[in-house]
Amino acid sequence: MDRHGYERTRFRICGDRAMLAEYGEGVSLAVNERVRAMALVLDQERPEGVEGVIPAYRSLAIVYDPLVVGTQALQERLLEMEARIGRTRIPPPRTVEIPVRYGGEMGPDLQTVAAHNGLTPEAVVRLHTEAIYPIYAVGFAPGFCYLGGLDPRLHTPRLATPRTRVAAGSVGIAETQTGVYPSDSPGGWQLIGRTPLNLFNPARVEPFLYRAGDRIRFVPIDPATFASIRAAEEAP
Amino acid sequence: MKPALRVITSGPATTVQDRGRFGFVDMGVPVCGALDGFAARVANRLVGNRPDCAVLEATLVGPCLEVLRDLDIAVTGARTDLAVNGRRQPGWTTCRVAPGDRIEVGAADNGCRIYIAVTGGIDVPPVMGSRSTYLGGKLGGMKGRVLQEGDLLPCAQGELLARPRALPWHPLYTGETWLRAIPGPQDDFFTSALAVLGASGYSVTAQANRMGYRLEGPALIREPGAAASIVSEAVVPGSIQVPADGQPIILLTEQTLGGYAKIATVISVDLFKVAQARPGDIFHFLPVTLAQAHEALAQWVAYLAWIDALLES
Repeated sequence: MDRHGYERTRFRICGDRAMLAEYGEGVSLAVNERVRAMALVLDQERPEGVEGVIPAYRSLAIVYDPLVVGTQALQERLLEMEARIGRTRIPPPRTVEIPVRYGGEMGPDLQTVAAHNGLTPEAVVRLHTEAIYPIYAVGFAPGFCYLGGLDPRLHTPRLATPRTRVAAGSVGIAETQTGVYPSDSPGGWQLIGRTPLNLFNPARVEPFLYRAGDRIRFVPIDPATFASIRAAEEAP
Repeated sequence: MKPALRVITSGPATTVQDRGRFGFVDMGVPVCGALDGFAARVANRLVGNRPDCAVLEATLVGPCLEVLRDLDIAVTGARTDLAVNGRRQPGWTTCRVAPGDRIEVGAADNGCRIYIAVTGGIDVPPVMGSRSTYLGGKLGGMKGRVLQEGDLLPCAQGELLARPRALPWHPLYTGETWLRAIPGPQDDFFTSALAVLGASGYSVTAQANRMGYRLEGPALIREPGAAASIVSEAVVPGSIQVPADGQPIILLTEQTLGGYAKIATVISVDLFKVAQARPGDIFHFLPVTLAQAHEALAQWVAYLAWIDALLES
């Protein structure tokens, strides 16, 4: 564990039906790796009384039925699982590829991001697609990823005036973060491109393409590819 | 299926809700569901439904509905001047209605959330396992939105009751409410502020909706060195988050992650009291231990079973 990680897991009480297991300070890939491992083990073992597990940057919220499993017993169970993850092989994170059409009307702020950082638009696309982004948490809106790993050369302030409507699939940059809007919404991110994929489709058997702990890689595509993927996504 | 009800007027914020959408909180899809789970559950029991059937939840003003087939209905929660074809009807009681009847739910004069259950339950298509409306995500319920004039509401088939049921008392929602709360998860940020929270009244502001209730009262000051913002983590219904201005917000069922420190969490059995509070009402917070909260939950579960038996006897 790196300098961010706690020696001993810190449990925090979130009311009578949930607790947080906190594994370290701040934003750190090593700490988040521990969160991911625990989420995977909990998913596999599904201890009795556990109703839900919500991973975030450095913590895991465990929602439970206290009439089925006591708080103390659940904490002991979690510590016992934690002791085991050092010895268990945790599968490596999945990397999910998200095709993106950069620039043009799909990415109206690509030029702004380039100018702010003294780069060409092509260099912005190259830097944005070279990185692999860990999904630290999913929330705020269905399927919205809190991603780490944006190249500092791409950091750009938010728009002074947020847009009232940003199309689903828009890829943007805000300060030190990059992300994708899974649904139409208002928003102040600098938009550099758009994916033709439906990141969230409640009618699909798997409504989402990824989960917290996975990695995302953006892959540049041309207009024809965008159109053909879009057509496939819109097919009934 | 043939619709069972037609919306003549909707009220300002009437939605379809069941117990909630479980299993996707880790993907940013909040649970949603009826805010006053007690009133929604009793409404279902009064028409012979399972407690997880979908009902209508209205806020402050209820809808006016035209009946399209024989149904039992029950209106619970906030007190209104419920009338069928202009004739006053009691709340918390089964009422038989027939095609052509007009149900006027009316405005709440006590409490905030009104529940309307009908035989079989509101049968909008389930989305990810639930019929609850998630307004922020525009999904579930009636096309992800509040009801509108002209909406046709389908209801599942169900047996009409052989005789009506009634809750022998009508809950009243007082303008001053005690909420039991467990300190944490960031109680270490608020060591001295916890005493302020326990000793003060906080009024409900106009910013109160299904996502949360913003309160106003003595500022909750963090300990020196404790930041207002934390690394985003999961929140739960009842989380009391404290932004930089020190004015607390009780989160309800439409948010999954948050970046503000949280001083305490309202216990699950008291959440219905938050749902029934109106702007201007006063909350007092009573700190309780986890063990006390679990004891209250066990008593509540037994109480619900007792009410089920009472209504069916």
